[in-house]
Amino acid sequence: MKWLLRNWTDVAYALWEHITISVTALTIAFALSLLIGIAAARRPRLYGTVMTLSGFLYTIPTLAFLAFLIPLVGLGRSNAIITMVAFSLMILIRSVATGIREVPADVIDAARGMGMNAKQILWRIELPLALPLIVAGLRVSAVTVISVTVVAAYVNAGGLGTLIFNGIASDHPAKIWTGALTACTLAISVDLLLAGLERRLQGRRIA
Amino acid sequence: MLADAWIYLLAHPAQFSLALGVHVALSASALVLAALISIPAGIAVARRSRLALAVVNAANVARTLPSLAVLALVMPLLGTGFAPALFALTLIALPPIVTHTLAGMRSVDADAVDAAVGMGMTRAAVLWRIELPLALPVIFAGLRTAAVQVISGAVLAAFIGGGGLGDFITAGIAMMAIPQLLVGAIPVSLLALGTDVLFGALQRRITARGLRTA
Amino acid sequence: MITLEHLRKNFGASAQAAVDGLSLTINAGEICVLIGPSGCGKTTTMRMINRMIEPDAGRIVVGGRDVMQIDAVELRRSIGYVIQQVGLFPHMTIGENVATVPKLLGWDPPRTAGRVDELLALVGMEPGLYRDRFPRELSGGQKQRVGVARALAADPPVMLMDEPFGAIDPITRTRLQDEFLRILRELGKTIVFVTHDIDEAIRMGSRIAILRAGKVVQYDTPERILAHPADSFVEAFVGGDRSLKRLALLTAGPYIEHGAPTAGAPHLPSGMALRDVLSVMLAAGADEAGIVGTHGDVLGRVTLDAIRNAANMAKS
Repeated sequence: MKWLLRNWTDVAYALWEHITISVTALTIAFALSLLIGIAAARRPRLYGTVMTLSGFLYTIPTLAFLAFLIPLVGLGRSNAIITMVAFSLMILIRSVATGIREVPADVIDAARGMGMNAKQILWRIELPLALPLIVAGLRVSAVTVISVTVVAAYVNAGGLGTLIFNGIASDHPAKIWTGALTACTLAISVDLLLAGLERRLQGRRIA
Repeated sequence: MLADAWIYLLAHPAQFSLALGVHVALSASALVLAALISIPAGIAVARRSRLALAVVNAANVARTLPSLAVLALVMPLLGTGFAPALFALTLIALPPIVTHTLAGMRSVDADAVDAAVGMGMTRAAVLWRIELPLALPVIFAGLRTAAVQVISGAVLAAFIGGGGLGDFITAGIAMMAIPQLLVGAIPVSLLALGTDVLFGALQRRITARGLRTA
Repeated sequence: MITLEHLRKNFGASAQAAVDGLSLTINAGEICVLIGPSGCGKTTTMRMINRMIEPDAGRIVVGGRDVMQIDAVELRRSIGYVIQQVGLFPHMTIGENVATVPKLLGWDPPRTAGRVDELLALVGMEPGLYRDRFPRELSGGQKQRVGVARALAADPPVMLMDEPFGAIDPITRTRLQDEFLRILRELGKTIVFVTHDIDEAIRMGSRIAILRAGKVVQYDTPERILAHPADSFVEAFVGGDRSLKRLALLTAGPYIEHGAPTAGAPHLPSGMALRDVLSVMLAAGADEAGIVGTHGDVLGRVTLDAIRNAANMAKS
């Protein structure tokens, strides 16, 4: 505790790094998944292929994936961000595609029959109704991303993991506690926040 | 690069086998321990909705915790080595198995249970002959998820002296020795993927024929 | 107003086309009911008019324009579209639902808002009360009212309605049918109305097109179809009680004879359908009924003979 109070700027900095990396990765992953998910929602075969590939990426252990990227992009943030994007794809694409596919057929029929074109149907009907499911996917991905960032400190990406690794290397329990507990708190808070958002959005899906 | 990795592997067979063995032992033990705790717990709690809700909430919170953070938190308490790593990995494996067990039990058709009880089956018989077989696919899916998570987590066990294939990766990164790194990363990835495929195949086989949608 | 010429549609190249050389002319202001057994092509035909299904062959002309020459999306914004499950947008309020097509057409907000309230009032839903509610808060009948309001929003001259009252309970359905008949006739819309319910067809239709295997078997007013079914299929389709159905279309008024009704005879309003008059008379064991006007004054009587003559199709 004393250590934390004396070094809170270091912790704050690590936390800040952690958040920026996570948000960057999540934004990129979300944009990609939106594009792919919208396309895959209507094409079952594309969906199947995309799910298999992204599932494959997801199954690779975190540290192994980071390690694989070293010969390609070296150490640092880019390494971490690429890894996080790769891990988030499966969940996010599935959320987007499933969310769109679960929009009731009669709602789409009415929208088409009233003279909405495909773009209008996507943006005014399908995506708004898919939103709760998409947020559910974002929730899981956010937590995944935070978790990966902790490990990514080992490849010089920064973040709260640096506290943990420093603590282990110098046998400094206070650092380990601080780093680990802060990371856990961050993960839980983000999860609760998005869970609340998800609940609020659920109401609008039912007709 | 791959050739160099292969050469490195051939040059350190004992070291590799040990690491692989430890990794598999850690992962398998953690999975089995977690299953032995979670599945009975899940079954016991399934019928008491408020308790079940509390368990699910706790498990959901536990799931969000970064694996490395859990491993790191264990270290000041239990030290380094195989046992602390096993403890941490078991903790990591508990949430997915317990939530899937609860979900599986809840997914059992209430009418089927009602009919079974109405026909005079004892509670235990209903559990073993009706509920568990019907819940098994979902429970198994939880085991599959947990297995992959544990294998991934076991890589991180290298940081707290747990051994396993993570040792090659961390050493490789520390010394920027790519061949060494790959000797850890490739096999562990294959291990994870292979386990996922294996569990998937097993899952399909244990799904009672009447429940299969494919 | 709407002309269908030799329409053809075959899904998946099976031996029997869904719509097989169908031709029909619908005059402005008419309600044309398409009816027939399952698979007769009635819904397919309707959905070709707004190109939700593209015809394989044939021509469709709406308001003087060949629909194939117009952009499909633009076409649909000028045709009202009501389906059985309504398809209200669950994430939008009632007001936003009704405002959909005006917004697509770029109406300015004040005009749109005024129109929304006007239409909600028209379909019997108090705007102040319902405008900001969500579809899930509404009953089936209320949802369908909103569905019709939504279809009328941009004031299209033509409306397509696919079994709009099919999912509604019988009591509400009758009330909705009456209300909408009144509204649609008042507004002078041209309607294509699909149903499988012959009684609904007889109530709602200016003319009924009876379809079978993708072709029109008979296209005429309800009275003439009931009086002179074109073949045994139509005869069976309209039901063995068609003479009684005809009587449901006639009111007591024109059949009143001079003279006081016998004592004990039931007294019925002049606007009552002859079928119901007959029913009351049979139940009472009476040979005639006294007909009263709106102020209770006796106008005359209707005899069993008069009703029998009215029902006699050999004489019509």
